[in-house]
Amino acid sequence: MLDFTKYTLDNGLDVIVHEDHRCPIAAVNLWYHVGSKNERPGRTGLAHLFEHLMFEGSAHHDSGYFAPLQKAGAALNGSTNCDRTNYWEVVPTNALELALWLESDRLGYLLPALTSAKFENQREVVLNERRQSYENRPYGMALMALMAALFPPDHPYHWTTIGYAEDIRAATLEDAHAFFQTYYHPGNASLSVAGDVDTESVLELVRRHFEEIPAGSPIPAVVTGDEPQRGGPPAAVDTRLLLEDRVELPRLYLAWRSPRLFSDGDADMDLLAELLAGGKTSRLYRTLVYERRLATDVSAAQGSREIDGWFCLMATAAPGSELMELEQVIGDELAALADAGPSEVELQRGLTQVDVQFVYRLQTVGGFNGRSDQLNAYNVYAGDPGFMARDRARYRSATAERVRDAVRQLQEPGRIALSVVPDGAVERALPGSRPAVVS
Amino acid sequence: MIGRVDRAHMPEPGRVPPTRFPVVRTSRLSNGLALKTVEHPGPPVVTFRLTMPVGSASDPEHAHGLAALTADLLDEGSTERTALELHAALDGTGARLGTEVGADSTTVTLTTVARHALQGAGLLAEIVATPRFDTSDVGRVRDLRRSRVRQLRAVSSAVADRVFLGTLFPGHPYGHLGIGTDTSLASLTPAQVTAFHRDAYQLESATLIGVGALTHEEIGDAAERTFGALPVRSPASEAVVAPAVLDAAGSPSARLVLVDRPAAVQSELRVGHVAVARATPDYHALQVLNVVLGGQFVSRLNQRLREEKGYTYGVRTGFDCRRAPGPFAMQSSVQADATVECVQEVLSQMAAIGDDRPVTSTELEMARAALTRGFARGFETASQVARGVASLVLHELPASYYDTFVPEVEAVDADAVTAAAKAHLRAGEAVAVIVGPADQLMSDLPALGLGEPVRVDP
Repeated sequence: MLDFTKYTLDNGLDVIVHEDHRCPIAAVNLWYHVGSKNERPGRTGLAHLFEHLMFEGSAHHDSGYFAPLQKAGAALNGSTNCDRTNYWEVVPTNALELALWLESDRLGYLLPALTSAKFENQREVVLNERRQSYENRPYGMALMALMAALFPPDHPYHWTTIGYAEDIRAATLEDAHAFFQTYYHPGNASLSVAGDVDTESVLELVRRHFEEIPAGSPIPAVVTGDEPQRGGPPAAVDTRLLLEDRVELPRLYLAWRSPRLFSDGDADMDLLAELLAGGKTSRLYRTLVYERRLATDVSAAQGSREIDGWFCLMATAAPGSELMELEQVIGDELAALADAGPSEVELQRGLTQVDVQFVYRLQTVGGFNGRSDQLNAYNVYAGDPGFMARDRARYRSATAERVRDAVRQLQEPGRIALSVVPDGAVERALPGSRPAVVS
Repeated sequence: MIGRVDRAHMPEPGRVPPTRFPVVRTSRLSNGLALKTVEHPGPPVVTFRLTMPVGSASDPEHAHGLAALTADLLDEGSTERTALELHAALDGTGARLGTEVGADSTTVTLTTVARHALQGAGLLAEIVATPRFDTSDVGRVRDLRRSRVRQLRAVSSAVADRVFLGTLFPGHPYGHLGIGTDTSLASLTPAQVTAFHRDAYQLESATLIGVGALTHEEIGDAAERTFGALPVRSPASEAVVAPAVLDAAGSPSARLVLVDRPAAVQSELRVGHVAVARATPDYHALQVLNVVLGGQFVSRLNQRLREEKGYTYGVRTGFDCRRAPGPFAMQSSVQADATVECVQEVLSQMAAIGDDRPVTSTELEMARAALTRGFARGFETASQVARGVASLVLHELPASYYDTFVPEVEAVDADAVTAAAKAHLRAGEAVAVIVGPADQLMSDLPALGLGEPVRVDP
């Protein structure tokens, strides 16, 4: 669906170029195959904190990266999740070389410029990001409680990417240097350039800027507690947890472990999420919000990640209703779908919704989820930037039986039910819930 | 042979490629409805955007939330179809529907794949022109919005926004959030919604914008076949807030407002005042001024409070230029123990940029470049282009506006920025709203010199 050229430098850096000449801009997008899954207990949050440090200067431009790029008319940002860290710039085409010069300088020459002062400053910024986006936000700690319950302590999805505050406080400059030396290698990276560019010129520019950077050592394998030599995954049991929070309305989260990204059943879970809670005609919206008015909102998502997945349903109790009623209705709807499977009309609606996303996703060349980001995602996770067609085919081949199989997996043991209730209203949690520990 | 890169010298970007805003074709449908179309090659997507110059500033005094409730109810069924039937039709074409209610305008947008342009335009026309407003649906959606208002009481940023507008604009149509209050929503009736729709959603003052991977003729044909037979009448004058009422912003009700959020780890801050209308001749100078002060990452306030002090994840400032003077606001969420220092810093920077710390040549060059060189990427998608066209319509800007934007910004010099700061930034009149832990903050607040804090409930 997207034309591209892929080239791998001798040092292992994958380079992907995609031409699109409609708008005189160039998108630079660089993925490092490292995320919070590569952290160790006691140093959670380090991958994300490190991402911040990448904007603070490198040996040959030892000051903030935003200044030269914003002056060139760029938009830029970065993000970290459990599996990868990405960095991107969208620049007018005349500034492509500047963006590549800067990206290559922070890959090749970061550490001489990475000082204690920068580290201490960004540690404070990250602690404030954590306060703003999680601690001081309603329901903001729910994901941490869910991940900690779904995955055992030695599984790298046990903690969330923002990390624990005490770990962020405990991290040292030496930890940051070691993290860079271990994970920021050309061979652990994928660079994509898209937009109003010429493929040959881009390849030459990339070689000139990146070939001099040494390959580095292989990346240590990620260890999960699920591996057979470590005893395998823990026995699946249903768990009920509660969290008190500064919220007005109780909210129920139901979560299960589910197939990992691109594995069998992953696409079916995506489709199931759409049938359950995508739009106003979906089963749960119709029943809970539209007809019975028990909930103010409902959502569902398959969190497809590299080494594992999770499926999550979420519904907020309307004034006058209780989480037990929501749980009951959701259980009934899941049972009905597991019993009879989706109708043909329903399945087609879901397939249309999922399929049309592949069109809407093509509209931007850069930034989060733009074409350059998608090419890197397919390259890193599927080993093929051109995986989009096969990705789309996974959904197009879905059947009612496959969706029914997906929903039946949600009836197996291993469900986490998290009740988030207003401070002091523990009696509004599902019966038998024990307090979740988050910090 | 590939040469080695010169690390001693960061590359200087060469000439920025010339860009032009795409051609907008203006016409009228056979019923007189204004139509603007743009051919936007690329992925097979089309977006239709109907924009009307009536927003939440036109909420009647005791019916705050009416404009937004009306907009929210548009897709809850039409005279032809129930809500579920309507959404089944939307879903069947993969369409995305959005409504936006601002203070001055209401916009309904439908985006779909290009081959469904006709069905998409038809659904948009049905949704906008013939909503059902069934009593039961009005009650259901009103209750959902009341629940939302209730939940927003726990969201610091929403509380800060509400209190800030209320303090800046007491008794003025800009003084409330579009969603309204629990009390006002509770009083709204289906009859009021029906009347507001009848009076305000008239097509005489509306504009339909179509942008997509189709020709002008194809977009126009879809528009004509769906909107072309609808009645085009003027909005009832009593349904739309009068310009004289909008222009009469009074004085703020307080200089310092504190909303207690016990034990909160951060304070949510708003600092600002009523500033300037969109029609100001200083518009471009204000954009440059704002970039320098707090409009982007590399700005005085973000550099100081985030990159030097580490007190916050980020700071932003903005002039909300509306049809009548709207707010200038700094917004940030800062660690609680730095609250007073942050407010002081903002007030001092607001004062200094028009006085003893005027914009430097480096800052000026950076700000102008950020605005002009980044211009092209703002119009990459059909939705971005449609939004740009809608902005021209709403603010009655000349068709040449986007073509003159870059030279206008390049013409802004340091004196113009200083003059704009002197004219439109008034630190001495600024209001500060703090949503944070009162018991930690109270003893330090007198240092701000803004008088006794007025306490407001969340």
